[in-house]
Amino acid sequence: MSDNLTLPAQQGSAGTSTEPLLKVEGLTKHFPIYGGFPIKRKVGAVQAVDGVDLTVGVGESVGLVGESGCGKSTTGRLITRLLEPTDGKITYAGQDITHASRRQLAPVRSEIQMIFQDPYSSLNPRQTVGSIIKSPMEVNGIEPEGGQEKKVRELLELVGLNPEHYNRFPHEFSGGQRQRIGVARALALQPKLIVADEPVSALDVSIQAQVVNLLKKVQDELGIAFLFIAHDLAVVRHFSQRVAVMYLGKVVEVGDRESIYNRPRHPYTHALLSAVPEVDIDGTGPNRERIRLSGDVPSPILPPSGCRFRTRCWKAQDKCATDEPPLVQISGNKAGHLTACHFPEDPTTEARDEDVVMDPALLALEDAAESDTVPTKD
Amino acid sequence: MFQFIIRRTVGALVTLILIGAATFFLFVAAPSDYASLACGKDCSPARLEDIRQALGLNLPIHQQFWDFMSGIVMGRDFPTGHCSAPCLGQSFYSGDMVWSTIMDRFPTTLTLTVGGAVVFVIVGIGAGMIAAYRRGTMVDKVATSVSMVLSSFQIYVLGPLVLLIFVYSTGWMDNPAYHPITDDPWKWFTGLLLPVLVMSTIFTAQYTRMARSSMIEQLAEEHVRTARAKGMSNRYVFFRYAWRGSMIPIVTVLGIDISSMLGGAVVTELTFSLQGIGRLAVDGAVHKDLPLTMGVMLFGAFFILIVNILTDIAYAYIDPRVRLS
Amino acid sequence: MTTLTKTEDAPAPTGPESFLSVRDLKVQFSTEDGIVKAVDGLSFDVERGKTLGIVGESGSGKSVTNLTILGLHNPRTSTVDGEIVLDGKELVTATERELEQLRGNKMAMIFQDPLTALSPFYTVGRQLSEPFMKHRGASKKEAKDRAIQLLEKVGIPQPKARFDDYPHQFSGGMRQRAMIAMALMCDPELLIADEPTTALDVTVQAQILDLLKDLQQEFGSAIIFITHDLGVISNMADDLLVMYAGRAVERGSVREVLGAPKHPYTWGLLSSMPRLDGDINEALEPIPGSPPSLLNPPSGCPFHPRCAFKDEVPGTLCTDSRPPLGEGRASACHLTAEQKQTIFIDKIQPRLR
Repeated sequence: MSDNLTLPAQQGSAGTSTEPLLKVEGLTKHFPIYGGFPIKRKVGAVQAVDGVDLTVGVGESVGLVGESGCGKSTTGRLITRLLEPTDGKITYAGQDITHASRRQLAPVRSEIQMIFQDPYSSLNPRQTVGSIIKSPMEVNGIEPEGGQEKKVRELLELVGLNPEHYNRFPHEFSGGQRQRIGVARALALQPKLIVADEPVSALDVSIQAQVVNLLKKVQDELGIAFLFIAHDLAVVRHFSQRVAVMYLGKVVEVGDRESIYNRPRHPYTHALLSAVPEVDIDGTGPNRERIRLSGDVPSPILPPSGCRFRTRCWKAQDKCATDEPPLVQISGNKAGHLTACHFPEDPTTEARDEDVVMDPALLALEDAAESDTVPTKD
Repeated sequence: MFQFIIRRTVGALVTLILIGAATFFLFVAAPSDYASLACGKDCSPARLEDIRQALGLNLPIHQQFWDFMSGIVMGRDFPTGHCSAPCLGQSFYSGDMVWSTIMDRFPTTLTLTVGGAVVFVIVGIGAGMIAAYRRGTMVDKVATSVSMVLSSFQIYVLGPLVLLIFVYSTGWMDNPAYHPITDDPWKWFTGLLLPVLVMSTIFTAQYTRMARSSMIEQLAEEHVRTARAKGMSNRYVFFRYAWRGSMIPIVTVLGIDISSMLGGAVVTELTFSLQGIGRLAVDGAVHKDLPLTMGVMLFGAFFILIVNILTDIAYAYIDPRVRLS
Repeated sequence: MTTLTKTEDAPAPTGPESFLSVRDLKVQFSTEDGIVKAVDGLSFDVERGKTLGIVGESGSGKSVTNLTILGLHNPRTSTVDGEIVLDGKELVTATERELEQLRGNKMAMIFQDPLTALSPFYTVGRQLSEPFMKHRGASKKEAKDRAIQLLEKVGIPQPKARFDDYPHQFSGGMRQRAMIAMALMCDPELLIADEPTTALDVTVQAQILDLLKDLQQEFGSAIIFITHDLGVISNMADDLLVMYAGRAVERGSVREVLGAPKHPYTWGLLSSMPRLDGDINEALEPIPGSPPSLLNPPSGCPFHPRCAFKDEVPGTLCTDSRPPLGEGRASACHLTAEQKQTIFIDKIQPRLR
């Protein structure tokens, strides 16, 4: 691949670099809700994103995980400025782009690219693959060495597609191949940051790994920084050096991969990790803690006061309702591992003496089963 | 729901005023001047001025508009007499009160609309549902092809054809005309039978096609499959689960059709030489008769808005997601 | 129990405890582009009270199989061959009326997306009550009591009040709970769960999976659990069937199949799956290529175009002949038993540690 694509890759520096590529402070997005009688007016807001702090270093991959409605996708769209932030500040390479106008944004737009979840709806079915990949260069008036078409062929090859397929249409490709086209399109402008919004969750298991490996290769070889938004914790672990966990519009815990996956402190991170269904290959049974929350995530229209997780947390106390815990490095955490919790958990994911089961139906059924059967402890 | 109706009614009133204003100013801005038209060839300035005065055309435009609009709620006095509350003015051309002219013509239009709607709702939707229920069978194929052919006909083709056969050649029926139902129900029925049937034939074909495709779409819905997975019979699933969802697009189109028919079925009325609202609208335009045109416009718009509100209420009845959000 | 025995060449592998038995099932759809062999010669058994997991990617035929068991396939566009015997009753040849009596009663289904699988037009309570009234001849009141009892059991708070709510007033997890309650209304002996947690968030998924397991303990239903997620199936199933291109490629107990898999496709699935406890520096090993088109499936072994080990099979066996799936613990692959074992131990297992 032409070496002009290569940025100084920050290999080995797992933590934040001194000068982050992207810095997000207090990022907030409230979608207004209208209603009322007799005249419609703003009656509330969906607090999709509510004060998110985040940094992405040069060449670094940061994972953003959380369940639906936690605001991770909205955060991605705010950073790429597809949405206008309500509040907060986005700094890209030292430049404040929070409310930058179209013209001010133009040079930055080409450096921040996005990959979308659905490879079926995010490619125009009436354009050939060639023109899909070429159009970002045309829009930005970029004429690479050897011409746009040569560049497109190079990109197709880079993402593992046959350059001969230049003139084919998206419907002639499978889901995984379409996602490769999406990656090629994102790479066309030699971006420094790619925001990937659930790039593999629409794909089959056997295809997911192909795309994850491709993104990894792109990251390693071209030194592109990634904000990798996904709900699948295992995929994020595989791809990202640092991970931020979101819940109801806020980052509740952030840290390097080791801290988040092996030494989590926030109860929500514990619950999330324990909920991931893992293949039990050797048949020894899981040695992981079992935490079963109750109910679903509350509505972001009227989020709980104080700590937003408190309504589903087994450690919640009065303080959690009144004081919002700050996202800080609590004692026992490594540098850069921040947790927003008044009563953090122990830094381990090993099985506990007693499972945490909050779900009333599960509790009832398990109690009944226990009292029915002769206790056979294994 | 109550709030919703209030809000929609207020919205409808505002819309009516806006439509009135738009029609009025468009008409006034048009290059023709009714007074000079009425004055004729040997027109003197004094006579023109007299006509202007008589028709109220000498007043400032906003004054004319205000007089017209306020007349609808308060009534108006004309040199020829008082015009009581829903007063839409006095026709320039005939000198008749517009409201009473409309009321004279309305029963014809109403009969056409209601008669037609009854036929095409029952026959059209019924045939479409049967075709969907028996999809792929002979019944379906016949219904699909017949409706395909009929829906590509036009009233002005089918109408004269039917007149030729049933009236002029065989004399089986009289020339279509409106007779008040209060005078003679049978004459009322037979008088408009041909126009109603011709008009509804074309609509029926369209509704058959629409009901069939809408129903087939619903039958492919996952919740319909769930109902079958519960062991509910095909008939039950069809009439309880699929039917409701299929009504939503039909109600939408039905609302548009009925409201436009109430505002005058111009083509049908002209084809069968009937004196309905549609005919009136054409007359108003031809004679540059501002009050008549305004009256017919507002009358039609009123029905469009009313039927729109009724359609929304129907949505809420069909779909609880509309009702409860 | 009337045992309908049909003499056939494939000997029935299981004893009388086999509650559901599918033999050589073939489902074909005629489409504009040609005939799609969605399921092509599938056989499996489900025992009472046990869970059979069926794993496969999109287009593997796993959902079609289960819609066919319930008789919910479209009879106008599809043809079904083979045998499905549920508790002695042959279902392929059963009339629509007979199937209606069984559906929602003896066998029930839980669908993937509870938002679209529940009717938006009727209350949750009504949708729950219907099958109970139909199959048990219960009154409205009795059905309501039963529905409220089950709604409570599956963990819907204030079930009496929520009975009259519409599905859109429920959250995603609650909707799936209601769906489960609906499937359990008539105490089914066979429950088919088609990706029941795929549309849910991971913490909700964990709740629902545990709930299903606990409910199975109480109701004793046999479950067919369809999913694409090996992690989910590892926690849910007793036995496992791996499907690829409309066929079963590997069968065995969950422990056997996931602990010592024998088919290259299963190896591929396991090595391409990122894990929470695996080595991060070990790259994922994806299966090359894409799943085949069922309009025109590859000759011989349908997996051969993507198989990394077909060179170890002598000659053109893989491209010419379709490997059979034996009885019991088996894999449909031309590699010899020794080869399978060596490859797994040498090349696959180290990656999974």
